[in-house]
Amino acid sequence: MEWIQQLINGISIGSIYALIALGYTMVYGIIKLINFAHGDVFMVGAFIGFYAIAKWEMNFFAALLLAMMLCAVFGVIIERVAYKRLRNSTRIAALITAIGVSLLIEYTVVFFRGAQLESYPKTIENKTITILGAQIGTHSILILSVSIGLMILLQFIVQKTKIGKAMRAVSHDADAARLMGINVDNTISATFAIGSSLAGAAGVIFGLYYTKIDPFMGVIPGLKAFIAAVLGGIGIIPGAMVGGMLLGVVETVVSALGFSLWRDAAAFIILILILVFKPEGIFGKNAREKV
Amino acid sequence: MTETNKFKKVGSLVLASSLVMGALAGCGAKNEGDTATGGDSGKSSGGDTIKIGANLELSGPVASYGSSIGQGAELAVKEINDAGGIDGKKIELVKLDNKSENAESVAQAMKLATQEKVVAMLSPATSGNTIATVQIANEQKIPTIGAAATAPNVTINEDGSLNDYAFRTCFIDPFQGTVAANFAVDELDSKNVAIFADNASDYAKGLAASFKETIAEKGGKVVAEEAYVAKDTDFKTTLTRIKAAKPDFIFIPGYYEEVGLIVKQARELGIDVPLMGADGWDSPKLVELAGADALNKTYITNHYSAEDPDKKIQDFVTAFKKEYSDKSPDAFNALGYDSVYFLKDAIERAGSTDGEAIKKALEETKDLTLVTGTFSVDENHNPVKTATVLEFVDGKQKFNSKVNP
Repeated sequence: MEWIQQLINGISIGSIYALIALGYTMVYGIIKLINFAHGDVFMVGAFIGFYAIAKWEMNFFAALLLAMMLCAVFGVIIERVAYKRLRNSTRIAALITAIGVSLLIEYTVVFFRGAQLESYPKTIENKTITILGAQIGTHSILILSVSIGLMILLQFIVQKTKIGKAMRAVSHDADAARLMGINVDNTISATFAIGSSLAGAAGVIFGLYYTKIDPFMGVIPGLKAFIAAVLGGIGIIPGAMVGGMLLGVVETVVSALGFSLWRDAAAFIILILILVFKPEGIFGKNAREKV
Repeated sequence: MTETNKFKKVGSLVLASSLVMGALAGCGAKNEGDTATGGDSGKSSGGDTIKIGANLELSGPVASYGSSIGQGAELAVKEINDAGGIDGKKIELVKLDNKSENAESVAQAMKLATQEKVVAMLSPATSGNTIATVQIANEQKIPTIGAAATAPNVTINEDGSLNDYAFRTCFIDPFQGTVAANFAVDELDSKNVAIFADNASDYAKGLAASFKETIAEKGGKVVAEEAYVAKDTDFKTTLTRIKAAKPDFIFIPGYYEEVGLIVKQARELGIDVPLMGADGWDSPKLVELAGADALNKTYITNHYSAEDPDKKIQDFVTAFKKEYSDKSPDAFNALGYDSVYFLKDAIERAGSTDGEAIKKALEETKDLTLVTGTFSVDENHNPVKTATVLEFVDGKQKFNSKVNP
């Protein structure tokens, strides 16, 4: 029974990684930028949700929607202010800028509210259901269903809508897409908006599930999500989902075997192994580098 | 207490040491002048008062700790003076503000020693600030008493040598592990215990080690020993492992930030055995993070409880409330109060206000009954005393029992 319990623990944490990883992978897919500020958008989303629930007394789903909307706007602002003008410069310049943006967001939040932690209000009662001897909280089921729902919605947007088609086109070849009359700037902004809103949603459900939020909460989940994205094949949307879940389960297995202090190390070992042996990730095709 | 110390220690040590140099250099000239006017008995205060210094955090981030100790100490001084003082001499408490800074603590200790010429000092509330002043106490031969400095290295240096003039009224951190083990075996009848400790903090590791040792002595068994690292948020995996080992008691030394989540997640996983921690749990945030329900059947050790029915404690609570407009005294108040009586007892037995004589008398303290327990001083200058166990009942700390060492 212990193993069923552990599997559920792993999938719960994995679905949060997956939600954050989606944003990484979408942005990378379209402009080949690893947006290190993404983990901080996640943190901002958690705080928006916190204030919405605790101060403005909204219910959980309203707070979730608000956090997603504000994070979408926030993501677009980051892109327009910091990344857009670097689109034609070296990739390392954009990468370093992303790290700068990440620190800027963290310390701006610290400046305005201090670095102390905040505990999420309990908006939804967490009941425990016992299935096959494993204890499953209703919160776990909630985060899992919200994550899966959002992933399905994302797949729909990317595959079935006009903006999704534009994203795929820009991702494939930005110049050709521009020649075909696609507004590349707007498409990139839309990508940031969708990715950031998913991070915002992840922030709110993280807050609900783990209770504790603070201005640096985005750093480690951000890095883990990055690993998840690489694991699944960076730039590939289903890859991010599978990578996230897989990473959650691997971490859980490592802890379950009694190496809990090695859990974070295990995640980074996976990153190194993937980059050495299969850099294109699980779902990646060995594509030629476009020159 | 220890947490602040942890943050400030490294950065401030450098600053502190440079300030000591400055202070020493600055005072050199002045001291020579003093000796000419009879500074040979530098430490004994003349006239009919006994001067005791209090080097406390009266402003800055941990001002509440220092101010509380100050309040307790002032009440004790008032009571002693009203009752005729020590051998007919009144006590004069010289309170200085160290601004919750290491460097300032050093400067104020220097001032107390050389300008105010106190016979003994109450040292700052946090261990870090106290450690900064210990060297001056040793050099100037002025006994210094830490009311709430719980880190082991206040009285004992890293190399195992004793700081001759450093004493304390509170028990040391690892002692709480011993208390928890005694409580688990004697009061809760637990035999198979688990330990889940913060691997990133010396405080938690010290507690875990002493807990384990005492459990072994008592014939208990540690069925699971797991660790986490501060700033973790997901403990369910490890807790599931602990649950599988079927412990009937889990000891969780650590700080409230993680402990709040651990308690919450443990209860979510259906772990309903008693959980216990130490003073690192003591924060209103703990109740917010874990939730009042999850905290039922959890215990912490502390120095004292105002709800303790003991007469000595209730007398103190009544006196304190009368003096400070109905404020219920906290542990710092009680420790500050006790520190002055600890000193009074030693000065009386020494029959002198000479630093060395007081130090010797402090070392010989035996079975002294104070508000925070009856204590004797051991060879490491640490009091061997009772600890109080508090239980969380619907999010409120309630007095549970007293546990002897």
